[in-house]
Amino acid sequence: MARVELAVVDDSPAVELEALDQLWFQVAGTVCNLRCKHCFISCAPDNHSFWFMTREQVAEALSQSTELGVKEYYFTGGEPFMNREMEAILADTLEVGPATVLTNATLMPPRRARRLARLNAGSIYTLELRVSLDGITREMNDAIRGEGAFDRCVEGVRRLVEEGFLPIITCMRSWPEDETEDYLEGFRSLLAEVGYHRPRIKILPPLLMGEEAKRTRGYDETEQVTHEMLHGFDLSQLLCTRARLVTARGVYACPILLESPSARLGDTLEEAAGRPARLRESACYTCYLSGAICSNTSSSAGSDR
Amino acid sequence: MSGEPLTRVAALGGIYSNHQALRVAIDDARERGAQVIICLGDLGAFGPSPDKSAAILREEGIPVVRGNYDDSIARGLEDCQCGYTDPRDNHYARISYEYTLANTSSEHREWMSDFPHHIRFRMGAGPEALAVLAFHGSPRRMNEFLWETTTPTHFLQGLAAGHGADVLLGTHTGIHWSRPLGRGRWYVNAGALGRPANDGRREVWYTLLEFQDGHLEPHFVPVSYDVEALADEMLDEGLPDEFIETIRSGWWTTCLEVLPGKERARGRW
Ligand code: SF4
Ligand code: SF4
Repeated sequence: MARVELAVVDDSPAVELEALDQLWFQVAGTVCNLRCKHCFISCAPDNHSFWFMTREQVAEALSQSTELGVKEYYFTGGEPFMNREMEAILADTLEVGPATVLTNATLMPPRRARRLARLNAGSIYTLELRVSLDGITREMNDAIRGEGAFDRCVEGVRRLVEEGFLPIITCMRSWPEDETEDYLEGFRSLLAEVGYHRPRIKILPPLLMGEEAKRTRGYDETEQVTHEMLHGFDLSQLLCTRARLVTARGVYACPILLESPSARLGDTLEEAAGRPARLRESACYTCYLSGAICSNTSSSAGSDR
Repeated sequence: MSGEPLTRVAALGGIYSNHQALRVAIDDARERGAQVIICLGDLGAFGPSPDKSAAILREEGIPVVRGNYDDSIARGLEDCQCGYTDPRDNHYARISYEYTLANTSSEHREWMSDFPHHIRFRMGAGPEALAVLAFHGSPRRMNEFLWETTTPTHFLQGLAAGHGADVLLGTHTGIHWSRPLGRGRWYVNAGALGRPANDGRREVWYTLLEFQDGHLEPHFVPVSYDVEALADEMLDEGLPDEFIETIRSGWWTTCLEVLPGKERARGRW
């Protein structure tokens, strides 16, 4: 049996880490207050397969990260603000570099928004809030993210904007590509209603994994990255050449493959930084086609031609 | 560069075809005693008549580091390699790139194709002398953005050590800033000469590096130039009103996507 598995592993392309530009933290594990249909790692209130990270665990990785030359820190889950130590974790992070939180913004009471604004103002670095909103209407969003999610998210965005943040609104595309401009217009007017007049909006391609694979369709067998496909390809487009994901249970190649045991590259950051990522999952195919969809902007993607 | 140790060097960030500001900045730097003036690349984009800026730089014998724009124009690439994904940013980037490509003479394109990726020089003399490394975006990547609020100090220290430099001198973002890196070392972003710094002021900026008493100090120098003359020329050349609004108001109206939250919040759009 083991031999068969080994053969499969050997066949997939391996890519080395070029530079550890982004350090991701699975800070809320797989725990989330929502249960979105398209969640690519199937997070939910009762999904405890990955537990919260402690402030100490994050602090340890932060201190290793400065030696490794990390440029940006990202926090994801689940819902990061389910982690009771989240604000303290952000305070620690903003001492060493910029922090981005991927949140559903439904746990954003005014006090929290105010405290986050204070953290941001007290650092020389940027605190970014990246808010997932999957529709321009209550019906559209809640069909995916669950009843009540739309209203609470939009309210959370209002509070962040009132505190001076310009949250990055991300939306997984669930419409034909040529309708994107109409949807963008829809987002702009929705956000203007809550006082967000110069919105930053990022449309993401769907990742067919976890719940999303059940909702639409999984990848078919041919959708895999092969050695031939990487010939002449700009590898820096793939997050695994520039990032690692730290969790409460080891370090992974990237934030997308949390559920693939083979993507677990080590116990420590140093170990995982020294090992290549294997592009054996079909999700790698989406990365290959879409480029660095996980970063805030294209600003750090792409090498010179 | 002559035998005299360098103590005063002027660095010009992205010119973006703003030949009006370029002329004023060069004269100003000479008046302030700059021994050497270098340009950190991105001669084209945004402004009118790219050949005019190129002619000034050549006439003055100013060494230029290769910017992503120069690289694209010299090689006739399809775009400026700024990597915008926002459709609106992309639209304006395309207009300025196509305009610049069509209006840069083949002689200037050939000249650009020789721009080096890095220029190294020393400032000061003796054991206190500092090794300066000039580049466009970052020492490792020509089109990498190094913004003040998203670039950790330890990251810059690593870049400096990894490239054997005490002073890292770049541009590409269009907003000037600097940070001491300890033990006399610095990162300096010269900002842009072509476009205001998204601060509501009409002046543009260049940088004067001064070496005094064993220490380096970067000074950012505001440049007032004939904004209306440039605006008229941009209008004549059919460049977008949005660009003209930027030089008149001091606020960026395009290319906003790449700004980090803090830099974006400081601007108007
Ligand atoms: S998509 Fe985000 S908000 Fe929705 S269940 Fe998954 S982690 Fe939670
Ligand atoms: S999913 Fe993407 S980032 Fe992760 S290992 Fe595959 S190619 Fe790399």
